[in-house]
Amino acid sequence: MDQVIAARRRLNPRTWSEAWTAGAFVAPAALVILLIVAYPLVRALWLSIHDVVLTRPGQEPLVGLQNYTTELTNPDFWAAVWRSLSFTVLSTALELLLGVGLALLMDQPLRLRWLLRSLVILPWALPTIVNALMWRWIDNAEYGALNALLYQSGLIDGYQQWLSNPDTAMGMVILADVWKMTPLVAILVLAALQGISREQIEAARVDGAGIVATFRYVVLPLLTPTLLIILVLRTMEAFKVFDIIWIMTNGGPANATQSIAIYAYQTAYRSYDFGRGSALGYLIALAIMILAAIYLRLLGRVGRS
Amino acid sequence: MTASSARRRPRGLLRSAVLYGLMLIAFAAILAPFAWLLISSVSRPADLLAKPLSFIPPTVTFDRYAALTFGANPDSSAEGFRAAMLNSLTIATAVTGIALVVGVPAAYAFARLRFAGRGRLVLIFMATYMLPPIALVIPLYQIMSGLDLLDTRAALIIIYSSFVTPFVIWIMRGYIEGISPELDDAARVDGCSRLGALIRVVLPVSVPGLVSTGLLAFLLAWDEFFYALVMTQTNAAKTLPVALNDFIGRHGVDFGLLAAGGVIAAIPPVLIAFVFQRYLVAGLTAGGVKG
Repeated sequence: MDQVIAARRRLNPRTWSEAWTAGAFVAPAALVILLIVAYPLVRALWLSIHDVVLTRPGQEPLVGLQNYTTELTNPDFWAAVWRSLSFTVLSTALELLLGVGLALLMDQPLRLRWLLRSLVILPWALPTIVNALMWRWIDNAEYGALNALLYQSGLIDGYQQWLSNPDTAMGMVILADVWKMTPLVAILVLAALQGISREQIEAARVDGAGIVATFRYVVLPLLTPTLLIILVLRTMEAFKVFDIIWIMTNGGPANATQSIAIYAYQTAYRSYDFGRGSALGYLIALAIMILAAIYLRLLGRVGRS
Repeated sequence: MTASSARRRPRGLLRSAVLYGLMLIAFAAILAPFAWLLISSVSRPADLLAKPLSFIPPTVTFDRYAALTFGANPDSSAEGFRAAMLNSLTIATAVTGIALVVGVPAAYAFARLRFAGRGRLVLIFMATYMLPPIALVIPLYQIMSGLDLLDTRAALIIIYSSFVTPFVIWIMRGYIEGISPELDDAARVDGCSRLGALIRVVLPVSVPGLVSTGLLAFLLAWDEFFYALVMTQTNAAKTLPVALNDFIGRHGVDFGLLAAGGVIAAIPPVLIAFVFQRYLVAGLTAGGVKG
Protein backbone atom coordinates (compact mmCIF):
# COMPACT_ATOMS: atom_id res chain seq x y z
CA MET A 1 0.00 0.00 0.00
CA ASP A 2 2.73 2.43 0.99
CA GLN A 3 4.60 1.54 -2.15
CA VAL A 4 1.60 2.31 -4.30
CA ILE A 5 1.25 5.70 -2.68
CA ALA A 6 4.96 6.32 -3.04
CA ALA A 7 4.88 5.36 -6.73
CA ARG A 8 1.89 7.56 -7.36
CA ARG A 9 3.62 10.42 -5.59
CA ARG A 10 6.66 9.98 -7.80
CA LEU A 11 4.49 10.30 -10.91
CA ASN A 12 2.47 13.15 -9.52
CA PRO A 13 3.39 16.38 -11.37
CA ARG A 14 3.01 18.36 -8.20
CA THR A 15 5.67 16.24 -6.50
CA TRP A 16 7.93 16.80 -9.47
CA SER A 17 7.58 20.51 -9.25
CA GLU A 18 8.14 20.25 -5.51
CA ALA A 19 11.43 18.48 -6.14
CA TRP A 20 12.49 21.23 -8.54
CA THR A 21 11.56 23.91 -6.01
CA ALA A 22 13.47 22.05 -3.33
CA GLY A 23 16.47 21.86 -5.64
CA ALA A 24 16.38 25.60 -6.21
CA PHE A 25 16.01 26.30 -2.48
CA VAL A 26 18.85 24.02 -1.46
CA ALA A 27 21.19 24.92 -4.35
CA PRO A 28 22.83 28.05 -2.85
CA ALA A 29 23.64 26.29 0.41
CA ALA A 30 24.82 23.22 -1.47
CA LEU A 31 27.09 25.39 -3.60
CA VAL A 32 28.66 26.94 -0.50
CA ILE A 33 29.32 23.51 0.93
CA LEU A 34 30.66 22.12 -2.35
CA LEU A 35 33.13 24.96 -2.83
CA ILE A 36 34.26 25.58 0.74
CA VAL A 37 33.99 22.09 2.21
CA ALA A 38 33.80 19.33 -0.37
CA TYR A 39 36.51 20.66 -2.68
CA PRO A 40 39.00 21.30 0.16
CA LEU A 41 38.23 17.83 1.50
CA VAL A 42 39.23 16.31 -1.83
CA ARG A 43 42.39 18.38 -1.88
CA ALA A 44 43.18 17.32 1.66
CA LEU A 45 42.84 13.71 0.58
CA TRP A 46 45.30 14.36 -2.24
CA LEU A 47 47.72 16.06 0.15
CA SER A 48 47.41 13.25 2.65
CA ILE A 49 48.72 10.65 0.20
CA HIS A 50 51.60 12.83 -0.97
CA ASP A 51 54.76 13.89 0.78
CA VAL A 52 54.19 17.64 0.89
CA VAL A 53 56.56 19.71 3.00
CA LEU A 54 56.43 23.44 2.41
CA THR A 55 60.11 23.99 3.05
CA ARG A 56 60.86 21.69 0.14
CA PRO A 57 58.75 23.08 -2.73
CA GLY A 58 58.41 21.39 -6.09
CA GLN A 59 58.85 17.89 -4.70
CA GLU A 60 55.56 16.25 -3.87
CA PRO A 61 55.90 12.54 -4.52
CA LEU A 62 52.97 10.17 -4.11
CA VAL A 63 53.54 8.10 -0.99
CA GLY A 64 50.24 6.25 -0.68
CA LEU A 65 49.19 5.60 2.88
CA GLN A 66 52.60 6.33 4.33
CA ASN A 67 51.51 9.52 6.11
CA TYR A 68 48.71 7.57 7.76
CA THR A 69 50.89 4.63 8.79
CA THR A 70 53.57 7.01 10.10
CA GLU A 71 51.01 8.59 12.40
CA LEU A 72 49.21 5.41 13.38
CA THR A 73 52.50 3.94 14.56
CA ASN A 74 53.65 7.15 16.22
CA PRO A 75 53.42 7.12 20.05
CA ASP A 76 53.10 10.94 20.07
CA PHE A 77 49.93 10.61 18.01
CA TRP A 78 48.40 8.10 20.38
CA ALA A 79 49.42 10.17 23.39
CA ALA A 80 47.55 13.12 21.86
CA VAL A 81 44.52 10.92 21.12
CA TRP A 82 44.55 9.76 24.71
CA ARG A 83 44.71 13.34 26.03
CA SER A 84 41.83 14.40 23.80
CA LEU A 85 39.80 11.45 25.00
CA SER A 86 40.42 12.18 28.65
CA PHE A 87 39.59 15.86 28.12
CA THR A 88 36.41 14.83 26.33
CA VAL A 89 35.23 12.27 28.86
CA LEU A 90 36.04 14.32 31.94
CA SER A 91 34.72 17.66 30.73
CA THR A 92 31.55 16.20 29.21
CA ALA A 93 30.80 14.09 32.29
CA LEU A 94 31.30 17.03 34.64
CA GLU A 95 29.26 19.36 32.44
CA LEU A 96 26.35 16.92 32.29
CA LEU A 97 26.43 16.19 36.00
CA LEU A 98 26.74 19.80 37.13
CA GLY A 99 24.41 21.02 34.39
CA VAL A 100 21.59 18.68 35.46
CA GLY A 101 22.17 19.67 39.08
CA LEU A 102 22.04 23.35 38.25
CA ALA A 103 18.92 22.89 36.14
CA LEU A 104 17.15 21.05 38.96
CA LEU A 105 18.12 23.85 41.32
CA MET A 106 16.80 26.48 38.93
CA ASP A 107 13.55 24.51 38.66
CA GLN A 108 12.92 24.76 42.43
CA PRO A 109 10.47 27.42 43.63
CA LEU A 110 13.17 29.56 45.26
CA ARG A 111 13.43 33.29 45.69
CA LEU A 112 15.98 34.87 43.35
CA ARG A 113 15.88 31.92 41.00
CA TRP A 114 14.94 34.35 38.23
CA LEU A 115 18.28 36.07 38.83
CA LEU A 116 20.15 32.78 38.67
CA ARG A 117 18.27 31.85 35.51
CA SER A 118 19.33 35.02 33.75
CA LEU A 119 22.90 35.17 35.08
CA VAL A 120 23.58 31.56 34.18
CA ILE A 121 23.93 32.50 30.54
CA LEU A 122 26.98 34.70 31.26
CA PRO A 123 29.75 32.05 31.16
CA TRP A 124 28.33 30.59 27.98
CA ALA A 125 28.16 34.02 26.34
CA LEU A 126 31.80 34.83 27.04
CA PRO A 127 33.87 34.21 23.92
CA THR A 128 36.03 31.08 24.24
CA ILE A 129 39.18 33.15 23.94
CA VAL A 130 38.12 35.56 26.67
CA ASN A 131 37.22 32.63 28.90
CA ALA A 132 40.62 31.04 28.29
CA LEU A 133 42.44 34.32 28.92
CA MET A 134 40.49 34.88 32.09
CA TRP A 135 41.39 31.47 33.49
CA ARG A 136 44.98 31.80 32.36
CA TRP A 137 45.17 34.96 34.42
CA ILE A 138 43.35 33.45 37.42
CA ASP A 139 45.62 30.40 37.34
CA ASN A 140 48.79 32.51 36.96
CA ALA A 141 51.59 31.01 39.04
CA GLU A 142 52.90 34.29 40.45
CA TYR A 143 50.03 36.76 40.54
CA GLY A 144 46.95 34.63 39.97
CA ALA A 145 43.79 35.09 42.01
CA LEU A 146 43.45 31.34 42.59
CA ASN A 147 46.85 31.14 44.30
CA ALA A 148 46.12 34.28 46.29
CA LEU A 149 42.72 33.01 47.38
CA LEU A 150 43.94 29.56 48.41
CA TYR A 151 47.14 30.84 50.03
CA GLN A 152 45.58 33.73 51.90
CA SER A 153 42.86 31.48 53.27
CA GLY A 154 45.48 28.93 54.33
CA LEU A 155 44.44 26.11 52.03
CA ILE A 156 47.84 25.81 50.33
CA ASP A 157 51.31 26.34 51.77
CA GLY A 158 52.78 28.05 48.75
CA TYR A 159 51.88 29.32 45.29
CA GLN A 160 51.27 26.53 42.77
CA GLN A 161 52.30 26.41 39.12
CA TRP A 162 48.81 25.41 38.03
CA LEU A 163 49.38 25.69 34.29
CA SER A 164 53.05 24.91 34.07
CA ASN A 165 52.85 21.75 36.13
CA PRO A 166 52.09 18.74 33.89
CA ASP A 167 50.04 17.15 36.70
CA THR A 168 47.59 20.01 37.07
CA ALA A 169 47.53 21.73 33.65
CA MET A 170 44.92 19.46 32.07
CA GLY A 171 42.73 19.76 35.16
CA MET A 172 42.82 23.55 34.95
CA VAL A 173 41.90 23.49 31.26
CA ILE A 174 39.00 21.16 32.01
CA LEU A 175 37.88 23.46 34.83
CA ALA A 176 37.81 26.41 32.44
CA ASP A 177 35.83 24.43 29.88
CA VAL A 178 33.38 23.16 32.50
CA TRP A 179 32.82 26.69 33.79
CA LYS A 180 31.90 27.89 30.31
CA MET A 181 29.81 24.95 29.08
CA THR A 182 27.90 23.78 32.18
CA PRO A 183 25.44 26.70 31.85
CA LEU A 184 24.51 25.62 28.33
CA VAL A 185 23.70 22.12 29.60
CA ALA A 186 21.73 23.63 32.47
CA ILE A 187 19.73 25.88 30.12
CA LEU A 188 18.83 23.02 27.78
CA VAL A 189 17.96 20.66 30.65
CA LEU A 190 15.88 23.34 32.36
CA ALA A 191 13.89 23.79 29.15
CA ALA A 192 13.28 20.03 29.08
CA LEU A 193 12.32 19.99 32.76
CA GLN A 194 9.76 22.70 32.16
CA GLY A 195 8.22 20.48 29.50
CA ILE A 196 7.51 17.77 32.08
CA SER A 197 4.06 18.16 33.53
CA ARG A 198 3.76 18.82 37.24
CA GLU A 199 0.97 16.22 37.43
CA GLN A 200 3.33 13.41 36.49
CA ILE A 201 5.72 14.36 39.26
CA GLU A 202 2.99 14.94 41.81
CA ALA A 203 1.34 11.64 40.93
CA ALA A 204 4.60 9.87 41.69
CA ARG A 205 4.97 11.74 44.96
CA VAL A 206 1.41 10.86 45.97
CA ASP A 207 2.20 7.23 45.23
CA GLY A 208 4.86 7.51 47.92
CA ALA A 209 7.97 7.95 45.80
CA GLY A 210 10.71 10.00 47.45
CA ILE A 211 12.63 12.78 45.73
CA VAL A 212 15.36 10.44 44.53
CA ALA A 213 12.95 7.80 43.26
CA THR A 214 10.84 10.43 41.50
CA PHE A 215 13.91 11.76 39.79
CA ARG A 216 15.21 8.33 38.91
CA TYR A 217 11.95 6.82 37.57
CA VAL A 218 9.92 9.80 36.37
CA VAL A 219 12.13 12.76 35.56
CA LEU A 220 15.28 11.09 34.29
CA PRO A 221 13.61 8.94 31.61
CA LEU A 222 11.86 12.03 30.27
CA LEU A 223 15.16 13.91 30.20
CA THR A 224 17.05 11.12 28.44
CA PRO A 225 16.56 12.32 24.85
CA THR A 226 17.77 15.83 25.73
CA LEU A 227 20.71 14.46 27.69
CA LEU A 228 21.69 12.18 24.83
CA ILE A 229 21.69 15.02 22.33
CA ILE A 230 23.78 17.17 24.66
CA LEU A 231 26.14 14.22 25.12
CA VAL A 232 26.50 13.85 21.36
CA LEU A 233 27.17 17.53 20.71
CA ARG A 234 29.49 18.02 23.66
CA THR A 235 31.63 14.95 22.96
CA MET A 236 32.08 15.90 19.32
CA GLU A 237 32.96 19.48 20.22
CA ALA A 238 35.28 18.41 23.00
CA PHE A 239 37.12 15.86 20.89
CA LYS A 240 38.24 18.53 18.46
CA VAL A 241 39.17 21.02 21.19
CA PHE A 242 41.80 23.54 20.16
CA ASP A 243 41.32 27.17 21.18
CA ILE A 244 40.77 27.01 24.93
CA ILE A 245 43.90 24.86 25.31
CA TRP A 246 45.94 26.87 22.85
CA ILE A 247 45.29 30.11 24.74
CA MET A 248 45.77 28.65 28.22
CA THR A 249 48.84 26.44 27.72
CA ASN A 250 49.82 26.25 24.04
CA GLY A 251 49.57 22.49 24.48
CA GLY A 252 52.23 22.48 27.18
CA PRO A 253 53.80 22.02 29.64
CA ALA A 254 55.83 19.20 28.11
CA ASN A 255 52.87 18.43 25.84
CA ALA A 256 50.70 17.63 28.89
CA THR A 257 47.67 19.32 27.29
CA GLN A 258 48.49 18.69 23.64
CA SER A 259 45.14 17.58 22.24
CA ILE A 260 44.90 15.81 18.92
CA ALA A 261 43.89 19.03 17.13
CA ILE A 262 46.87 20.86 18.61
CA TYR A 263 49.15 18.00 17.65
CA ALA A 264 47.86 18.14 14.07
CA TYR A 265 48.20 21.93 13.92
CA GLN A 266 51.77 21.79 15.19
CA THR A 267 52.65 19.04 12.73
CA ALA A 268 51.23 21.08 9.86
CA TYR A 269 52.42 24.56 10.80
CA ARG A 270 55.58 24.07 12.85
CA SER A 271 57.28 21.57 10.60
CA TYR A 272 55.25 22.68 7.55
CA ASP A 273 54.44 19.04 6.85
CA PHE A 274 51.14 19.51 5.01
CA GLY A 275 50.99 15.86 3.95
CA ARG A 276 51.08 14.48 7.46
CA GLY A 277 48.92 17.35 8.71
CA SER A 278 46.24 16.45 6.19
CA ALA A 279 46.41 12.78 7.08
CA LEU A 280 45.93 13.76 10.72
CA GLY A 281 42.98 15.96 9.76
CA TYR A 282 41.38 12.99 8.02
CA LEU A 283 41.99 10.70 10.97
CA ILE A 284 40.36 13.19 13.36
CA ALA A 285 37.42 13.75 11.01
CA LEU A 286 37.00 9.98 10.68
CA ALA A 287 37.00 9.53 14.45
CA ILE A 288 34.33 12.21 14.83
CA MET A 289 32.19 10.72 12.07
CA ILE A 290 32.40 7.29 13.71
CA LEU A 291 31.32 8.87 16.99
CA ALA A 292 28.46 10.60 15.18
CA ALA A 293 27.33 7.35 13.53
CA ILE A 294 27.33 5.49 16.85
CA TYR A 295 25.37 8.28 18.47
CA LEU A 296 22.85 8.51 15.65
CA ARG A 297 22.06 4.82 16.08
CA LEU A 298 21.76 5.31 19.80
CA LEU A 299 19.44 8.29 19.32
CA GLY A 300 17.37 6.35 16.80
CA ARG A 301 16.89 3.56 19.32
CA VAL A 302 15.83 5.94 22.08
CA GLY A 303 13.57 7.80 19.68
CA ARG A 304 11.75 4.60 18.72
CA SER A 305 11.30 3.23 22.23
CA MET B 1 2.88 29.35 49.69
CA THR B 2 5.63 26.75 49.45
CA ALA B 3 7.97 28.95 51.40
CA SER B 4 5.56 29.50 54.27
CA SER B 5 4.59 25.83 54.57
CA ALA B 6 8.27 24.93 54.41
CA ARG B 7 9.01 27.28 57.27
CA ARG B 8 6.67 25.38 59.56
CA ARG B 9 8.30 21.98 59.18
CA PRO B 10 11.87 21.44 60.42
CA ARG B 11 12.59 19.10 57.52
CA GLY B 12 11.33 21.68 55.07
CA LEU B 13 13.50 24.27 56.77
CA LEU B 14 16.58 22.11 56.38
CA ARG B 15 15.70 21.48 52.76
CA SER B 16 15.39 25.12 51.89
CA ALA B 17 18.57 25.93 53.81
CA VAL B 18 20.40 23.39 51.64
CA LEU B 19 18.80 24.68 48.46
CA TYR B 20 19.64 28.30 49.22
CA GLY B 21 23.16 27.25 50.17
CA LEU B 22 23.54 25.56 46.79
CA MET B 23 22.15 28.61 45.11
CA LEU B 24 24.72 30.79 46.83
CA ILE B 25 27.48 28.49 45.59
CA ALA B 26 26.06 28.63 42.07
CA PHE B 27 26.00 32.45 42.13
CA ALA B 28 29.57 32.58 43.41
CA ALA B 29 30.84 30.04 40.88
CA ILE B 30 29.22 31.87 38.00
CA LEU B 31 30.13 35.40 39.02
CA ALA B 32 33.49 35.24 40.80
CA PRO B 33 35.77 34.49 37.81
CA PHE B 34 34.15 37.13 35.65
CA ALA B 35 34.13 39.63 38.52
CA TRP B 36 37.88 39.13 38.85
CA LEU B 37 38.32 39.84 35.15
CA LEU B 38 36.38 43.09 35.57
CA ILE B 39 38.31 44.05 38.70
CA SER B 40 41.64 43.30 37.03
CA SER B 41 40.72 45.49 34.10
CA VAL B 42 40.27 48.56 36.33
CA SER B 43 43.01 47.94 38.92
CA ARG B 44 46.35 49.71 38.76
CA PRO B 45 49.17 47.41 37.57
CA ALA B 46 51.01 47.63 40.89
CA ASP B 47 47.89 46.54 42.80
CA LEU B 48 47.50 43.48 40.60
CA LEU B 49 51.05 42.36 41.41
CA ALA B 50 50.77 43.02 45.16
CA LYS B 51 51.20 40.26 47.72
CA PRO B 52 49.04 39.62 49.61
CA LEU B 53 46.58 40.34 46.87
CA SER B 54 43.67 42.60 47.66
CA PHE B 55 40.54 41.39 45.94
CA ILE B 56 38.96 44.80 46.20
CA PRO B 57 41.13 47.35 44.38
CA PRO B 58 42.26 50.32 46.46
CA THR B 59 42.07 52.60 43.40
CA VAL B 60 40.18 52.28 40.17
CA THR B 61 41.37 53.37 36.74
CA PHE B 62 39.68 53.28 33.37
CA ASP B 63 42.83 54.25 31.49
CA ARG B 64 43.10 50.90 29.74
CA TYR B 65 39.61 51.10 28.31
CA ALA B 66 40.38 54.59 27.03
CA ALA B 67 43.66 53.40 25.53
CA LEU B 68 42.03 50.44 23.79
CA THR B 69 39.05 52.33 22.42
CA PHE B 70 38.95 56.08 21.90
CA GLY B 71 42.07 57.42 23.59
CA ALA B 72 44.43 59.61 21.56
CA ASN B 73 47.84 58.36 20.38
CA PRO B 74 47.23 54.61 20.59
CA ASP B 75 50.36 52.46 20.84
CA SER B 76 50.77 49.48 18.50
CA SER B 77 48.79 47.10 20.76
CA ALA B 78 45.89 49.50 21.02
CA GLU B 79 45.97 50.15 17.30
CA GLY B 80 45.90 46.43 16.60
CA PHE B 81 43.04 45.99 19.02
CA ARG B 82 40.95 48.74 17.41
CA ALA B 83 41.52 47.31 13.96
CA ALA B 84 40.61 43.85 15.25
CA MET B 85 37.34 45.13 16.71
CA LEU B 86 36.33 46.53 13.37
CA ASN B 87 37.41 43.36 11.55
CA SER B 88 35.47 41.14 13.94
CA LEU B 89 32.34 43.26 13.59
CA THR B 90 32.53 43.35 9.79
CA ILE B 91 33.23 39.65 9.43
CA ALA B 92 30.61 38.44 11.90
CA THR B 93 27.94 40.70 10.38
CA ALA B 94 28.71 39.66 6.81
CA VAL B 95 28.77 35.98 7.71
CA THR B 96 25.44 36.24 9.53
CA GLY B 97 23.85 37.89 6.50
CA ILE B 98 25.20 35.37 4.00
CA ALA B 99 24.34 32.37 6.15
CA LEU B 100 20.75 33.55 6.67
CA VAL B 101 20.14 34.33 3.00
CA VAL B 102 21.62 31.03 1.85
CA GLY B 103 20.51 28.89 4.76
CA VAL B 104 16.88 29.86 5.33
CA PRO B 105 15.51 28.67 1.93
CA ALA B 106 17.36 25.38 2.41
CA ALA B 107 15.95 25.06 5.91
CA TYR B 108 12.46 25.65 4.51
CA ALA B 109 12.98 23.00 1.84
CA PHE B 110 14.15 20.48 4.44
CA ALA B 111 11.25 21.27 6.73
CA ARG B 112 8.42 21.40 4.21
CA LEU B 113 9.17 19.93 0.80
CA ARG B 114 9.21 16.24 -0.05
CA PHE B 115 12.01 15.12 -2.33
CA ALA B 116 14.25 12.13 -2.88
CA GLY B 117 17.37 12.08 -0.72
CA ARG B 118 16.14 14.71 1.69
CA GLY B 119 17.19 12.82 4.81
CA ARG B 120 20.61 12.06 3.41
CA LEU B 121 21.15 15.68 2.39
CA VAL B 122 20.26 16.89 5.88
CA LEU B 123 22.80 14.45 7.29
CA ILE B 124 25.48 15.74 4.91
CA PHE B 125 24.88 19.31 6.03
CA MET B 126 24.99 18.25 9.67
CA ALA B 127 28.22 16.36 9.06
CA THR B 128 29.72 19.50 7.52
CA TYR B 129 29.03 21.39 10.70
CA MET B 130 30.69 18.67 12.74
CA LEU B 131 33.84 18.46 10.60
CA PRO B 132 36.91 19.45 12.58
CA PRO B 133 38.48 22.62 11.11
CA ILE B 134 41.86 20.93 11.25
CA ALA B 135 40.73 18.63 8.42
CA LEU B 136 40.04 21.61 6.15
CA VAL B 137 42.50 24.25 7.19
CA ILE B 138 45.47 23.15 5.08
CA PRO B 139 43.70 23.02 1.70
CA LEU B 140 41.78 26.20 2.56
CA TYR B 141 45.07 27.88 3.36
CA GLN B 142 46.48 26.84 0.00
CA ILE B 143 43.31 27.90 -1.85
CA MET B 144 43.26 31.30 -0.17
CA SER B 145 46.93 31.69 -0.88
CA GLY B 146 46.31 30.82 -4.55
CA LEU B 147 43.48 33.36 -4.74
CA ASP B 148 45.69 35.95 -3.05
CA LEU B 149 43.17 36.18 -0.22
CA LEU B 150 45.42 35.32 2.71
CA ASP B 151 45.21 37.95 5.42
CA THR B 152 41.95 39.42 4.14
CA ARG B 153 38.55 39.69 5.75
CA ALA B 154 37.04 38.11 2.64
CA ALA B 155 38.87 34.85 3.30
CA LEU B 156 37.43 34.60 6.79
CA ILE B 157 33.94 35.57 5.61
CA ILE B 158 34.04 32.80 2.99
CA ILE B 159 35.38 30.19 5.36
CA TYR B 160 33.03 31.04 8.23
CA SER B 161 30.02 30.84 5.90
CA SER B 162 30.85 27.16 5.40
CA PHE B 163 30.08 26.24 8.99
CA VAL B 164 27.61 28.97 9.93
CA THR B 165 25.30 28.08 7.00
CA PRO B 166 24.74 24.46 8.12
CA PHE B 167 24.15 25.77 11.62
CA VAL B 168 21.47 28.15 10.35
CA ILE B 169 19.85 25.34 8.35
CA TRP B 170 19.81 23.08 11.36
CA ILE B 171 18.21 25.57 13.76
CA MET B 172 15.79 27.10 11.24
CA ARG B 173 14.59 23.70 10.05
CA GLY B 174 13.59 22.86 13.61
CA TYR B 175 11.92 26.21 13.92
CA ILE B 176 9.95 26.02 10.65
CA GLU B 177 8.81 22.49 11.47
CA GLY B 178 7.16 23.98 14.54
CA ILE B 179 5.05 26.33 12.42
CA SER B 180 1.71 24.96 11.27
CA PRO B 181 1.98 23.81 7.61
CA GLU B 182 -1.63 24.90 7.12
CA LEU B 183 -0.33 28.44 7.07
CA ASP B 184 1.67 27.99 3.89
CA ASP B 185 -0.93 25.64 2.41
CA ALA B 186 -3.43 28.50 2.70
CA ALA B 187 -1.02 30.85 0.98
CA ARG B 188 -0.52 28.27 -1.77
CA VAL B 189 -4.25 27.95 -2.30
CA ASP B 190 -4.33 31.71 -2.66
CA GLY B 191 -1.95 31.35 -5.56
CA CYS B 192 1.41 31.94 -3.91
CA SER B 193 4.44 30.09 -5.22
CA ARG B 194 6.59 28.26 -2.70
CA LEU B 195 8.98 31.19 -2.64
CA GLY B 196 6.02 33.56 -2.22
CA ALA B 197 4.70 31.47 0.67
CA LEU B 198 8.13 31.47 2.28
CA ILE B 199 8.62 35.21 1.97
CA ARG B 200 5.08 36.42 2.63
CA VAL B 201 3.80 33.93 5.18
CA VAL B 202 6.50 31.81 6.77
CA LEU B 203 9.20 34.45 7.27
CA PRO B 204 6.94 37.00 8.98
CA VAL B 205 5.84 34.46 11.59
CA SER B 206 9.44 33.21 11.92
CA VAL B 207 10.88 36.54 13.05
CA PRO B 208 11.71 35.29 16.56
CA GLY B 209 13.39 32.24 15.06
CA LEU B 210 15.29 34.36 12.57
CA VAL B 211 16.44 36.71 15.32
CA SER B 212 17.70 33.91 17.55
CA THR B 213 19.33 32.07 14.66
CA GLY B 214 20.97 35.26 13.41
CA LEU B 215 22.30 36.08 16.86
CA LEU B 216 23.67 32.59 17.38
CA ALA B 217 25.29 32.76 13.93
CA PHE B 218 26.87 36.10 14.86
CA LEU B 219 28.22 34.66 18.10
CA LEU B 220 29.63 31.66 16.25
CA ALA B 221 31.57 33.90 13.87
CA TRP B 222 32.60 36.30 16.64
CA ASP B 223 34.02 33.43 18.66
CA GLU B 224 36.07 31.73 15.92
CA PHE B 225 39.79 31.55 16.57
CA PHE B 226 41.46 28.69 14.74
CA TYR B 227 40.96 29.73 11.10
CA ALA B 228 41.68 33.35 12.00
CA LEU B 229 44.93 32.30 13.66
CA VAL B 230 46.05 30.50 10.51
CA MET B 231 44.74 32.86 7.86
CA THR B 232 45.58 36.33 9.21
CA GLN B 233 48.91 38.10 9.66
CA THR B 234 48.30 41.82 10.06
CA ASN B 235 45.81 44.40 11.28
CA ALA B 236 44.14 44.15 7.87
CA ALA B 237 42.25 41.02 8.88
CA LYS B 238 43.14 39.95 12.42
CA THR B 239 40.04 39.40 14.52
CA LEU B 240 39.62 40.06 18.22
CA PRO B 241 40.50 36.54 19.37
CA VAL B 242 43.77 36.71 17.42
CA ALA B 243 44.54 40.22 18.67
CA LEU B 244 43.99 39.03 22.25
CA ASN B 245 46.22 36.04 21.63
CA ASP B 246 48.93 38.44 20.43
CA PHE B 247 48.67 40.37 23.70
CA ILE B 248 49.71 37.26 25.59
CA GLY B 249 52.79 36.79 23.49
CA ARG B 250 53.99 40.34 24.05
CA HIS B 251 56.53 40.46 26.85
CA GLY B 252 55.89 42.66 29.82
CA VAL B 253 52.26 43.21 28.93
CA ASP B 254 50.11 44.50 31.74
CA PHE B 255 47.65 41.79 32.81
CA GLY B 256 45.03 44.44 33.35
CA LEU B 257 45.27 45.44 29.70
CA LEU B 258 44.62 41.86 28.70
CA ALA B 259 41.62 41.80 31.05
CA ALA B 260 40.27 45.06 29.61
CA GLY B 261 40.65 43.70 26.07
CA GLY B 262 38.84 40.55 27.13
CA VAL B 263 35.99 42.52 28.66
CA ILE B 264 35.58 44.62 25.51
CA ALA B 265 35.58 41.51 23.31
CA ALA B 266 32.94 40.01 25.59
CA ILE B 267 30.61 43.02 25.51
CA PRO B 268 28.72 42.27 22.27
CA PRO B 269 28.04 38.59 23.01
CA VAL B 270 27.18 39.22 26.66
CA LEU B 271 24.83 42.06 25.73
CA ILE B 272 23.20 39.89 23.08
CA ALA B 273 22.85 37.05 25.54
CA PHE B 274 21.16 39.13 28.21
CA VAL B 275 18.89 41.18 25.98
CA PHE B 276 17.79 38.28 23.78
CA GLN B 277 18.01 35.51 26.34
CA ARG B 278 14.50 34.24 25.65
CA TYR B 279 15.11 34.04 21.91
CA LEU B 280 18.48 32.40 22.31
CA VAL B 281 17.19 29.72 24.62
CA ALA B 282 14.32 29.07 22.23
CA GLY B 283 16.77 28.78 19.34
CA LEU B 284 19.10 26.49 21.23
CA THR B 285 16.31 24.18 22.31
CA ALA B 286 14.74 24.17 18.83
CA GLY B 287 18.03 23.06 17.34
CA GLY B 288 19.20 20.91 20.21
CA VAL B 289 16.10 18.98 21.00
CA LYS B 290 14.21 18.64 17.76
CA GLY B 291 17.23 18.59 15.45
